[in-house]
Amino acid sequence: MNASTREQEWAEWMRSAMKGDTQAYHRLLSSVTPHLRAMARRRCDQFGAPASEAEDVVQEVLLAVHLKRATWDPDRPIGPWLSAIVRNKLIDSLRRRGRHVNVPIEDVIATLEAEEQGDGLGRMDAVNMLERLKDPQRDIVRSISLEGAGVRETADRLKMSEGAVRVALHRALKSLAALYRSETREDE
Amino acid sequence: MKTNDLISLLAEDAPVGMRLGRMLALALVAGGVVSALVLLSTVGVRPNLATAIETARVLFKIGFTLVLAIVACRLVFLVGQPGRSLKARGFQLAVPGLLLAIAVVSELLVLPSQAWTASLIGRNAGFCLFFIPVLSLAPLAGFLIVLRNGAPDNPGLAGASAGLAAGAIAALLYAFHCPDDSPLFLSVWYSIAVLLVTAAGYFVGRRWLRW
Repeated sequence: MNASTREQEWAEWMRSAMKGDTQAYHRLLSSVTPHLRAMARRRCDQFGAPASEAEDVVQEVLLAVHLKRATWDPDRPIGPWLSAIVRNKLIDSLRRRGRHVNVPIEDVIATLEAEEQGDGLGRMDAVNMLERLKDPQRDIVRSISLEGAGVRETADRLKMSEGAVRVALHRALKSLAALYRSETREDE
Repeated sequence: MKTNDLISLLAEDAPVGMRLGRMLALALVAGGVVSALVLLSTVGVRPNLATAIETARVLFKIGFTLVLAIVACRLVFLVGQPGRSLKARGFQLAVPGLLLAIAVVSELLVLPSQAWTASLIGRNAGFCLFFIPVLSLAPLAGFLIVLRNGAPDNPGLAGASAGLAAGAIAALLYAFHCPDDSPLFLSVWYSIAVLLVTAAGYFVGRRWLRW
């Protein structure tokens, strides 16, 4: 698949996702991640940092893409937007880990995917992170991420409305992004 | 945490409530209305507005601040989107700058030089410096709160744009009260007031708009 068809596919998935298509969004994030991983690994290799640290960076970038997706204009190509988000966040994330990037960050779409997937495990311990979320965010995150339930199933299980689960999930994701930042904050 | 688990989590939060542009538009309207109400409920518009508005100087004062507000707001609507070049819209700021320069030169040509100082100092410079920043508070707060949801490439610049736009909106509203109509007054006191708000926006944005 060449870069421009990939870009069009990503844009299409993102448009559907913004309207609420969770499957399209899952496909998009799964398709972008290997590119992010290749970029993050290359940087961490340069610094001699372990692959698990690169995976933390990947997760931080994914959270940023997610929390900032309302800034993408669906009438415009998604490539430059994505590259700008990734560039900003990658540099920021590595800097907070005490690693200063002094070469330009490449384009997301043009970057080849990372060949081996590894276990995709970051250093931020899932259990530990969950402990630091408030109720009911913690139960919702556990239900969806670790037990693979959807929003509706989670709502039934926790005897909450779907709307309340969605709001709490969104808040939980913001808290997770803040946790990543605070875990690595050293120079502010 | 496993990246695949995180992706499942993010995917369930797929829908976007409101896009950034819509949020900024709401902040603009809300901030403008609040500041207009502040103006009307405190000092009000000038008593002779109906006749004054027909004079060239007052028309210019309102037209200039309106153009500045439009150009600056267009910048604010772009500055929260990552990866967008701000050059084209940044250069548009030259339009109000040029308008003001032309007006100042015309005023200097029209007025006898003995009247220059009086026109420049005006009657209400101190109040202008105080009240334009006051009127800018609501739109500035609105823009900054919305831009926190944005992803500006340069947070300081994003804050400064918000400050410039909020200051220009405030100046536009204040123009309906202000009894000083000379472009000389405008070029000094309005400019200082708007630049103060721009600087405030820059300093808040530099720290607060990081993401």
